Amino acid sequence: MPAEKARTEIRITGFGGQGVVLAGHIIGHACAIHADRHATMIQSFGPEARGSSCSATLVVADDEVLYPYIRRPHILVAMSADGYDKYRDELLDDGLLVYEQDLVKPEFKQGQEAYGVPSTRIAESLGRAIVQNIVMVGFFAGVSRLVPEEAMREAVKHSVPPGTEELNLKAFDQGLKYAARQLAQPAVEVERPPLAGVTT
Amino acid sequence: MKADPTGVLTGAHYLDGDYACGEGAMAAGCRFVAGYPITPSTEVVERIARRFPTIGGTFIQMEDELASMAAVVGASWTGTKSMTVTSGPGFSLMMENIGLAAMMETPCVVVDVQRGGPSTGLPTMVGQSDVMQARWGSHGDYEVIVLCPQSPQEAFDLTIEAFNLSEIYRVPVLLLLDECVGHMTEKVVIPEAQEISVEPRRLTSKPPEEFEPYRLNGKPVPEFARAGDGYRFHTTGLTHDERGYPVMSVECQETCVRRLVDKIRDNADEIVRFEEHDTEDAEVVVVAFGITARVARLAVETARQRGIRVGFLRLIALWPFPEKRIHELAGSVGSFLVVEINYGQMVLEVERCAAGRARVSGLFHGGGGVHDPEAIVEAIVEAAS
Amino acid sequence: MSEEMNPELVREPPMEHPMAPYLRMERIPHVWCPGCGIGTVVQCYATALEKAGCDLDKVSVVSGIGCSGRAAGYMKLDGFHATHGRAIPFATGLKLGRPELLVTVISGDGDLVGIGGNHFIHAARRNIDLMVILINNFIYGMTGGQNAPTTPLTAKTSTMPFGNFEPPFNLPHLAASSGASYVARWTALHIRRLTWAIEEAIDRKGFRLIEVIAPCPTLYSRLNKLGTGLSGMRFYHDNAEIRHGADTREVDIDFQSSIVCGKFVDDEKPTFNELMDKHYGTILGDRYKPMPPEGGMIHAG
Repeated sequence: MPAEKARTEIRITGFGGQGVVLAGHIIGHACAIHADRHATMIQSFGPEARGSSCSATLVVADDEVLYPYIRRPHILVAMSADGYDKYRDELLDDGLLVYEQDLVKPEFKQGQEAYGVPSTRIAESLGRAIVQNIVMVGFFAGVSRLVPEEAMREAVKHSVPPGTEELNLKAFDQGLKYAARQLAQPAVEVERPPLAGVTT
Repeated sequence: MKADPTGVLTGAHYLDGDYACGEGAMAAGCRFVAGYPITPSTEVVERIARRFPTIGGTFIQMEDELASMAAVVGASWTGTKSMTVTSGPGFSLMMENIGLAAMMETPCVVVDVQRGGPSTGLPTMVGQSDVMQARWGSHGDYEVIVLCPQSPQEAFDLTIEAFNLSEIYRVPVLLLLDECVGHMTEKVVIPEAQEISVEPRRLTSKPPEEFEPYRLNGKPVPEFARAGDGYRFHTTGLTHDERGYPVMSVECQETCVRRLVDKIRDNADEIVRFEEHDTEDAEVVVVAFGITARVARLAVETARQRGIRVGFLRLIALWPFPEKRIHELAGSVGSFLVVEINYGQMVLEVERCAAGRARVSGLFHGGGGVHDPEAIVEAIVEAAS
Repeated sequence: MSEEMNPELVREPPMEHPMAPYLRMERIPHVWCPGCGIGTVVQCYATALEKAGCDLDKVSVVSGIGCSGRAAGYMKLDGFHATHGRAIPFATGLKLGRPELLVTVISGDGDLVGIGGNHFIHAARRNIDLMVILINNFIYGMTGGQNAPTTPLTAKTSTMPFGNFEPPFNLPHLAASSGASYVARWTALHIRRLTWAIEEAIDRKGFRLIEVIAPCPTLYSRLNKLGTGLSGMRFYHDNAEIRHGADTREVDIDFQSSIVCGKFVDDEKPTFNELMDKHYGTILGDRYKPMPPEGGMIHAG
């Protein structure tokens, strides 16, 4: 099956109230509106949207996205342990895991890259835990390099409730800054156990 | 005429198909919506409920879908462009007054965001099994126009088109989204108001004493009088004459109902909408619509790369059906493969139009998901052999 | 008569029926049976429109299906003969689509509170600005005398051949408890009072119910051996009890029992449109753009 040109599949997961869908919406918005790419987002519906774990998927490509669902994502963004447990096996063997490091204790797989961020703590330090998802979006922007960070910043500005832009952009920048720090180090680093020997 | 800028949210947006449909309605000049909540269509009316108060529209959440559809027909007789929105179970209830709209020749738009059925089925998951119901769902003979978008952008564009066609032909126009298109978020570009063409209500210029609500005046549909303009006309769901008065006779039935049918059939060439690719040299033509058209196109491209001479035809209007084109293609291709999320509905229409001149097969999916593109490729290979 | 008539008493017959301006005379004779009460109600309605000085161009009348459902078809007004049970939601669309209209629903008991019962209570709850004239003949007439949600206990119908055992609705109470702003009941005998009630209701706003008890000599009276239309009128004369302001809980109708008539509810309360305007006005201020009285986005082509 020829993939649509430069097709990237992403799943974002977390628990209800963390702003999983908004995070997906912002990333999709950034790609589709501010980075001249195609991005199809689908949010999960049904009981799971109201229960503990919830998720959104994104397909980003240079051409029109023909198949809108994901099969095995290139990127898994895990903001909760439940969500990580539910979806970790579908991540591609050479995929990228982006996670909330205080909530998710991942088992690292050989070949996959993983970057963690204490997005909830960072958000709390800004005075509003609710912007955790925006910290995560900033961090995601930094580590994934999916689209230029300016595109992502524009998307944040346009997607958050009027009057909250400043706080959200601050959250975004904090996430971005944290990503830069992480990227300055090798992908698998200090706060995590070594990769070796973990195969699932 | 051009759209009134009041309802047009010009710009590039990241919207789901349901929201895009709501924006299309507002851009088209819709100012009355009655609806009843039902997944996966509710976002359409949620969008409208939020935006209407600032653009001069009225939304009312009715007690059920019977009432929603009846209110839409009533409101349209004031000249206010009107719409309702639902999904399968509610669509079944709306059939009653879709028939009334057809009989009274009331312009209006009905959106059905299809989910898996029958009955309550799969409320949050995709289906395409309402396509025959859309055509035949209300009792009696009538014709409707049914459009089927494959993306949020097209949900916006075709909602405007649906309003325009409903004004031109004075029919209910049904817009069949599916859960996948309704709930997927993509880029939607809303043009400037002056770039959007909208059809106004074609009001009569005759004085009331000369006006008869169903008298033709050289056009396939009669001119319209609004309630409250002094025409004091009558309209009914009963078989009626040019005055709108009930007449229970074979002759009147023939005149009245034949015209309801013929105004669409005679103009089918104008209304039919489809797109095709690679059919010139095709041995197999894949026919699909809605979300399935996107998935099928991926399969068609894959099969082409594997050297199979396969073409593709996407239905944009499901009804009227492009019967001439299918019949024509049936003379040059070996077979058709109809891919749809149901157990074989539009395939019957393709069979009818192919009339034995080409083989017709279907690849069906019961709903809850879309086809696996690889399975479509396999079906193409089989159809080509 | 051999004597000369007093010339002062001799009047030329009018050139047209006094109701002609209100009726589609080309459709007369109507479908209603001799002795039926529906024609009386139509006349009362037309008289009330005249007395109230309504701009007839702005009056719409909506009916459902059934004998009473034909009322819309005989009135020389914008008239809509909708589907069975859906007169109220159809009328709701008319009213919301062009708020300046005076929208009346004239239909029967089976139509409005049988198949249409859900719409009836919700329109009353919302206090939609509609005047509903409900002609209650206790039976489904057009289809041949079947049981209705208003058929009194023990009364015979074609589908309750041994007598009705289902308790009927008390319609004034149903309307009042659902939120109607005006509720009255009269019989087809009370021509002047009914006309006054309609005239008064035209002057009110919100959901207004006028229930009119009307004879069905062909089916209800015949199946229950109640005689002709005239016997029906005599029965109303002897058994109608006028009790304005009666507690609507106490106005049930039993088989051939007294019929409590009068005005039961006359509350001035905000209509759906008024509530909507006030609410959005408060929340949205100048940003609120209500539907114009003449309808939304009308661009004639």
